[in-house]
Parts: sequence; C-alpha cells; structure tokens
Amino acid sequence: MSKIIEGLYYSESHEYVRVEGEFGYIGITDYAQHELGNVVYVDMPEVDDEVAAGEEFGAVESVKAASDLMSPVSGTVVEVNEALEDEPGLINKDAFENWIIKVQLSDMGELDSLMDAEAYKAMIGE
Amino acid sequence: MSEEIKVTCLHDKHVAQGALMTPFAGFDMPIQYCDITTEHNAVRKNVGVFDVSHMGEVHITGPQAEKFVNYIFTNDIAGAPIGKVFYGMMLYPNGGTVDDLLVYKMGENDLFLVINAANIDKDVAWIEEQAREFDVKVDNQSDHYSQLAIQGPNGEKTMKDVFDIDCTDLTFYTFKLVEYDGETIIVSRTGYTGEDGFEVYATAPVIVKMWDMLMDAGVQPCGLGCRDTLRFEAGLPLYGDELTPEISPIMATLGMFCKLDKEGGFIGRDACAQQKAEGSAKKLVGLELKDKAIPRHGYEVLDANENVVGYITTGYRSISVDKSLAFALVDREVGAVGNDLLVRIRKKVFPATVVKKRFYVPNYKK
Repeated sequence: MSKIIEGLYYSESHEYVRVEGEFGYIGITDYAQHELGNVVYVDMPEVDDEVAAGEEFGAVESVKAASDLMSPVSGTVVEVNEALEDEPGLINKDAFENWIIKVQLSDMGELDSLMDAEAYKAMIGE
Repeated sequence: MSEEIKVTCLHDKHVAQGALMTPFAGFDMPIQYCDITTEHNAVRKNVGVFDVSHMGEVHITGPQAEKFVNYIFTNDIAGAPIGKVFYGMMLYPNGGTVDDLLVYKMGENDLFLVINAANIDKDVAWIEEQAREFDVKVDNQSDHYSQLAIQGPNGEKTMKDVFDIDCTDLTFYTFKLVEYDGETIIVSRTGYTGEDGFEVYATAPVIVKMWDMLMDAGVQPCGLGCRDTLRFEAGLPLYGDELTPEISPIMATLGMFCKLDKEGGFIGRDACAQQKAEGSAKKLVGLELKDKAIPRHGYEVLDANENVVGYITTGYRSISVDKSLAFALVDREVGAVGNDLLVRIRKKVFPATVVKKRFYVPNYKK
C-alpha cells in the first residue's frame, strides 16, 4: 500500500505538487518510486529554467531504465533539490519529503486539472 | 505478432517469490526478486542462481557433425577434446551475426549448441538450411532442457554443498556429464557474469528440484536485470545490442573468436577477413562519462562538433565500479582509446572518453 498525502495535487504520470504560496514543490509519488525501484540518478533542470505543464523536465533513473519526469504545472524553477545529486536514493526513502524541483507557479488555475489524493488513490487502484 | 508467451518450468516459483516478471524473448521471465543491486552484488561477492531455461539447445550428430558445425561456427572445434566448450558466432555470408552461442563437444561428431532464446526459431531454420549439404541430424531440444546458472566465487562450494557435485576437476569452458536424480545432466564451468560459475542443463523436474534445494540453502535468486549489468561490466556482448545482423564480430571487436585461418573456413569468413584487413567502418567501444548521467541504448554519440558518430548499445550506472559506462558502436576513426566524444542524454550533451570495454576484470577459474 503506497503512501498518499492529503492536500497535494497529483498528475496521471505520478508526479505530485505541494503548493506553498506562489511556489510548488514537485516530486514523484511513493507509488512511482516503488514501481521504479532503486533510484540511481535524477536528471534535474537548472534554476531559472522554464517548465510547462505536461512537458518533460528531467528524468528519474533506476538501474534498469530512465523514466521521464513530466511537470504537472507551468512556471520557473527557483530551486533544485541538490541533495539528490549525491544521494538519489533519498527518493526511495521518502518520495514526498524529497521533492525534486521548486517552481514559481505561473498559472494557479492549472492545479484544477490535477487530481486530489482521493482521485489519485483511485487511479492507482488502492 | 500475437504469439502466446511461454514460461519456464520455474515460472510458478518466480511468481510465488514475488519476482517482477517481464516478457523477454517470448518468455515471461523474472527481472528481479528483490533489487538489481543486491542480486548483482550477491554474484560478485558470494553466489546467485539464474533461471535461464529460456535458452535454446540444438543437438547436432551424424558422420559430418564436426565438419558441419565448424563450417557454420566462427571458432575452431576441429580435433577438440571431448568435454570442451567453445564460444563463438554463426554469421551470414556478409559477416552480420545470426547469433552468438556455445558449442559443447559431447563426443566425436556429437555437438550440443546453446543459443539465445530470442533466436531459437531463426537459428534452427538457419542451421537446417545450411545442413542440407551435410550428412548430419539437427535436433532442436530447446523444450527438453531447462537450465540453471549458478554464478559467483562460491559457485563451486554451492555445487558441492547443495548437490554433492564435485566441480574441482572442471576448468573454465569445460563440462562433464553427471548422473543426478536418475538422469544424465550437463554441468559446465561457464557463465555470463564475469565471475566463476556453472551452468546446469537437465529436464524440468530435475531443474525444479535443484532450484528448490538452492532456495532452501539460502542462495540468492537472480533475475535478468542483474544478468545484464553483470555481463555488461565484464565486457560481454548481448545479441540484439552488441551483435546483430548488421554488427559483425569484427565490428564488435570479438575477432579472437573468429578463426579466419581454420581449415574449410566458415560462413562469413571472407567478410570478416576483409573487415579485419581494411578496418570495419564501425567499431564497438567502451565509453566512460565523468558525469553521473546514464547513457542508455539508442542514445546518440557525437564528436566535438556535435556530429553524430554512433550510438549507445548498452549503458548503465555501473554497480561494481560506480561510474556511468557504456558500449557504443561508433565510426572507426573516432574509436581510439582516450578519444573524447559526447553523448546526448535527453536535452543535454555530456563528455565521454573512449575506454576499454572490459570495465570489470572477470574472476574466472582458468
């Protein structure tokens, strides 16, 4: 049974957004990290890069395969989680604690098209 | 193609053990039981067991069996002692690879070929076609044999402790027949991991029994995930990636397994000789990245001016050497060891240096 946190926004491609004011912390869900297995590399954008809803902004990689990261929202990257550069496996330890990028949201309305915890739980069948 | 997916005799065991299962070469196969890194390290440091029952076996007998196999096989088996195993390839006349395989010399004019699962139908058709001119019998025994690979520095001890099979007399790339549980099984000191180890061929009931005994003894079950990381680090090719109908063994720098001067030659010999003499246009090389980004199959390899000069055939964040490494098929002129190239990984390019393909020094018992 995967961990799911109330109050976050979820995408169909298993990313979450935790909104704090005008900022969103984006990462992958606990379900996604479990499906992926041991994360050995996280390909992250750079600060000031633009991300767009539904578009790829990086990848999380297990030994076996690379999995694209799709941004659930649009905005500007204001911070990347540098701890993941040295210890990508932090995502397996706690995927919600170890967000990947922090974005200044450019369109709060996009959040409406994402799932809440209940809908995401239903999607992954738990 | 909507062919029904096949299963090995151990399929139910894999599922019951919670293995992650994925279709591979027409079989539903275990990729991992716990995680690839743990399984990989078990083989490097202790011992692990793989279900490789999907592999194909073809028995070739008849008055011209040795002559025939030597004609379709790049290595030279002529006059070899019984009990020897050879690695090599079957080639098309243009030097492209039909498959890479092992040949076991069971007796005079009695040869046992072990081929890749994905190629069984293709290989058997190819062998039968070539056999028309020879007095030989070709018997596809792929459904008869199941197979285990027991790999790692404690492989020999495991064979003794678990099965009471003494393998101290087997050197690397030899085999013997063993009476076990009422049947004659084949045990060879071979593998695909870069470690010492054994491969066992027997019928399904015996293989299931042996698997259960290994599990009871606490031997780590290993999936195809770590099989690939292990063989990659040891510099071993995988058919479909490093050897294909377009990639000859000369291009893959496996020329040592192509005996160009052997009596009677072999199919593809002239093409190999020409590629060797003139230098093939493409060449398989090792690449090492300074960055942690991971080069994957199909990614582009570029020169300093960002012209495409090749592509990645296999790449990993290597487990045993903690580096991002790859095999790449590149233009020969950029393939010298020490040469600086680039790899395109999604939107970015990363510097890579050409290195020798053997990233991990194998621990074979010669």
